[in-house]
Amino acid sequence: MSVDDLRGRFEGLFERDVTLVLAVLGTIYLAYILAGVAFGYELRGQLNSIANLTFYIGVFGMLALALNLHWGYTGLFNIGIVGFMGIGIYVTALVSKPPVAEGGAAQVGGFGLPLFVGVLAGVVVAGLFGLLVALPALRLRADYLAIVTVAFSEIVRFTMMSRTFQTFTVPDTIDLWLFTFDPAADTVGLGGGGGLILNYTDPLEALLRALFLWEPYLGFVAFVQQNFISNNPKPVIDGVVYGIVLLVGVGLFYLLLSRTGKSPFGRVLKAIREDEDVANALGKDTDRFKLTAFVLGAALMGLGGILWYSGRGSITPPSFRPNITFFIWIALIIGGAGSNTGSFLGGAIFAGLLYEGPRYFKNLVETAFELGDAPRNFGEAMAGFASLDPMPFVLYTLDSISQLRLVIMGVVLIWLMHNRPEGLLGHRKETASSVDLARPGSGGSTGNPAAADGGEEQ
Amino acid sequence: MSETDESTASDSTPVEGAATDEEPSSAADDAAPAESSSDADLTELVEDDPETHTGDDGARYAPLEVEGLRKEFGGIVAVDDVSFDVEEGTLTGLIGPNGAGKSTTFNLITGMLDPDEGTVRFNGEDVTGFEPHEIANQGLARTFQIARELEEMTVLENMMLAPKGQVGESLWRSILPITRGAVREQETEQLERVWEVLDFFEIDHLADEYAGNLSGGQRKLLEMARALLTDPDVLLLDEPFAGVNPSLEKRLLEHIHELRERGYTFLIVEHDMDLIMNNCERVIVMHQGRILKDGTPTEIKESEEVIEAYLGGEV
Repeated sequence: MSVDDLRGRFEGLFERDVTLVLAVLGTIYLAYILAGVAFGYELRGQLNSIANLTFYIGVFGMLALALNLHWGYTGLFNIGIVGFMGIGIYVTALVSKPPVAEGGAAQVGGFGLPLFVGVLAGVVVAGLFGLLVALPALRLRADYLAIVTVAFSEIVRFTMMSRTFQTFTVPDTIDLWLFTFDPAADTVGLGGGGGLILNYTDPLEALLRALFLWEPYLGFVAFVQQNFISNNPKPVIDGVVYGIVLLVGVGLFYLLLSRTGKSPFGRVLKAIREDEDVANALGKDTDRFKLTAFVLGAALMGLGGILWYSGRGSITPPSFRPNITFFIWIALIIGGAGSNTGSFLGGAIFAGLLYEGPRYFKNLVETAFELGDAPRNFGEAMAGFASLDPMPFVLYTLDSISQLRLVIMGVVLIWLMHNRPEGLLGHRKETASSVDLARPGSGGSTGNPAAADGGEEQ
Repeated sequence: MSETDESTASDSTPVEGAATDEEPSSAADDAAPAESSSDADLTELVEDDPETHTGDDGARYAPLEVEGLRKEFGGIVAVDDVSFDVEEGTLTGLIGPNGAGKSTTFNLITGMLDPDEGTVRFNGEDVTGFEPHEIANQGLARTFQIARELEEMTVLENMMLAPKGQVGESLWRSILPITRGAVREQETEQLERVWEVLDFFEIDHLADEYAGNLSGGQRKLLEMARALLTDPDVLLLDEPFAGVNPSLEKRLLEHIHELRERGYTFLIVEHDMDLIMNNCERVIVMHQGRILKDGTPTEIKESEEVIEAYLGGEV
């Protein structure tokens, strides 16, 4: 690869899209920091707020990217995202939770394998379930795939809750042809309605230990404790560092998916989205491409689920309701289906403005105006209008802003559908090819008359 | 409606002059004498084609043979006992009034539909009931009656999609750093050929345009160019002249004749009788799902049945 080639690639990175992404991220972070200042946050509070924001930007960014592979590229209408996320984290928990005897409070144990094995298993199993769903469903037209996937995600959730799968007893030895296993686990299961306690090693600790960074990290925490935050800084720093890990994850997702998109493989996916019969008539085995894309996307959704929930103390089935799926869809639609950069941008905007934003807005207004107590119910809120006093209603609205979040999302979605249905970056300009498609020898520009001239003289 | 579109389209891409061209790049392309540049392109186009394309004088080899095809939709027999073969290096026309079963026959041959009875043989192999992509990979390319472009893909992406045997169509090869080099290499090679074909069809000035923005006539050109890139032995064109203005029609015909001279085989569905009569060496007339007549244009013109079918006599 020549120097020019490298430079070209480097310059390509800083096209308009990337500038836009950086500008949007910068604005969101700045707004959060300013809000933090308004709240009178100390450093600790600021870091907490930033860590929280970064977490949601990270997970929504990743999941929107994965969905973009399904919908933006291949046109597969998957509305069962949360099912794959749930499978990912549940399998990870099952594999990596310590056996019940060591677990103490936990009623259900796991196989006690290292966390990275658990993550790997979670991703693979999510992919396998993707295959299971896709095999019969991809033969159907788009709407039927949607029905199958949403049903699938609900089946997953009900399976998590069901008593049948709550606990299993693992035999002491498992004979498998030549090998004999002696699993440490006694009782495993999905935990039913109570969910699972994630009592494995802290994922961040596991990662840093694997990278031999754990000791330096503890040193850094001690340093911060001495100089900046005297009172137990570790959870805060953990949060920030985990946010950074997630952003690195987004970067890897982006790299993987833009490579997938910018290749002959991605080109066929686009062709399937546009007109499957044409792709077929051009000799492409579209079923195989759809299947591969669906499995890859499902596996990535599994990984997204793992990264979202693995840091929590526990997981319960209600976390995996379809609303998560629709959040991710909104993120993708905001950013623009068909563009990887747009998907991440949509994830960031969704996380910053629609998901976390309303709560911040409420706190901000409350800090700024020293408002009184909100009315307890809608009747009281409306009663104020009798004496032409809108305050109770405003207070009530502000108080129920987390419920209103869904309404706001709906309004934004309707506005987008009317005014910018292609999303912020939905121009689908990301050319599906691993090389520049300009006329060879024309110096990278198709509009170069001199070069075109030279090409014609033979 | 679309008539205006096409006339502007063909105005901007004159065959022999660049005076009316708005883009400097395409002006430069078109300024080169059409004859010499097309010839040069064509040699390139077919250089990797199998030897079989050199036509012999004797009994011609027929790559496509159709025997006893029958297809029913509900109670209606759309195609009934249709048998014919298409000889190598020929331009064969398949004509008939609306509803004669031409497009259904096409779909049966290309695997879009499965026949109830009968066989389709391609290059000696029985391909009946094959999937469309399998048939395409055997070397039988088709275009659609209503040009079906991949609208939100550029012309270049449309073209790059077509070639067979792209190593980068395997996901792992495309994403792994070690194997991606080979993918890029193959795409670079492929790209040269894509540009040659774009030049040949004189749509190179549209290369970066979204296919959805093309006029009806330009879509027809793109579709034929794309089909050609699959490196087919036989091209099935479903009404390539429908909705195309006369000057573009002439251009399309020139392209088809040039390609045929290089050894490509064409089967063309059309309901414009004159067009087929003047350009094809063999004509198959279908009517109400059956083959009415199969012969040279002169034979067809003299056939009472054909005239009756076309002029609406009782059949």
